[in-house]
Amino acid sequence: MGLDFSVVPPYANILAIGLWWTVFLTVSAAALSLLGGVVFAVTELYAPRLVAYPVKALSWLFMGTPLLLQLFVIYFGLVQVGIDVPALVAGVIGLGLHFAVYNADIFRAGIVALDPGQAEASRSIGFGRLQTLRYVMLPQAIRNTTPPIGSNMIALLKESSIVSVIGIAELVHAAQLAISETYRPFEFYLTIAALYYAINLVMEAVLRRIEARVELSR
Amino acid sequence: MDIDLILRVYPFFLQAALVTIQISALALVLGLAVAALVTTGRLSASPLLRWPAVAFVSVFRGTPCLIQLFILYFGGPQIGINLEPFAAGVIGLGLNIAAYMSESMRGAIAAVDRGQMEASRAIGFGRFDTMRRIILPQAGRLMVRPLGVNAVALLKGSALVSTISVVELTYTAQRFIGSTYKPFEIFAIAAALYMIIVYAMSKAIDLFDRRFAIP
Repeated sequence: MGLDFSVVPPYANILAIGLWWTVFLTVSAAALSLLGGVVFAVTELYAPRLVAYPVKALSWLFMGTPLLLQLFVIYFGLVQVGIDVPALVAGVIGLGLHFAVYNADIFRAGIVALDPGQAEASRSIGFGRLQTLRYVMLPQAIRNTTPPIGSNMIALLKESSIVSVIGIAELVHAAQLAISETYRPFEFYLTIAALYYAINLVMEAVLRRIEARVELSR
Repeated sequence: MDIDLILRVYPFFLQAALVTIQISALALVLGLAVAALVTTGRLSASPLLRWPAVAFVSVFRGTPCLIQLFILYFGGPQIGINLEPFAAGVIGLGLNIAAYMSESMRGAIAAVDRGQMEASRAIGFGRFDTMRRIILPQAGRLMVRPLGVNAVALLKGSALVSTISVVELTYTAQRFIGSTYKPFEIFAIAAALYMIIVYAMSKAIDLFDRRFAIP
């Protein structure tokens, strides 16, 4: 059986819808992972132990196990405790939390690496602890950690393909639908691989521009 | 927590953990070999060797590992490649991690001071001998930790082969979640096993790192 890519164009619509959901999923999970990353980092550093330890345990658990396993547990676990969420929500939560933990690690290192003089100066001119964090430390820490956070977001795009296993109709799922009708896995998987590669290149270009901007503003 | 259930099913998970370890170990060996080849290609002076190596890394890092596995396992038969799930898993994971490992290797080689290369060439070593006797012994030490990080990522990434029906830890967990409706108990077992393996790996990396550290 030879390869025949002419089977792909009739399914362009289905793939386009899948692509849209992949982008939607990636953007939502990225937003959650950035917000969660900052919150986890600050909690681990400054919150009282009673709060910081559970967060540490969570990050330890998320870092030590595969995302795929986490997705199954979040999806079926939420149902188990009576929260019947759509697969899409479970997917965003799973992806978002998974990467929040990795982002938190980077943000935390970024905060710790700041010159202690920054916080001292801010406190001595009358900023409170929270204000110091909000207006002095976090802006610098976030700016300094742009490159590693950016590559995490690119990884998130690729890992978003995994949520197809809990039945979210993103790009992989769209391809599987087309394959179930055409029995042409090679053509369709190669097509979506090319789409992922294209988004990946776009994200890398955007990241480079953001990094150049950040570099200028320093 | 249903302790009874955990005690009843954990032998299946031990068996599955062994498969996870086997598939990761084989993929690691394949990955290291391919990464060494690819890195050699990327550092070569000839564009004929350099470009395919650069393209390999870019493509394998730029697309999801899951899709690479699917193309190999489901698409393979269309181009005459018929693989068992386990073999497809080893090859897919191995090629994918090779791209990342090649980045680690290249980074470590680039991190060796330029003066080392210049000095070696100045006293009459050829390009090959300089690489073999001067650069690689130093770069090898710098590689231990980044390659270790790659290996841990590979172990966790090996969960993906559950989608091509290799009966490893995540596959087993998924099956038992489906049949028992006890996601938390099942997760506890699988997570514990993954974390034991990851912990052992990180200890081994520390050991290697100290063993090869420049005194």
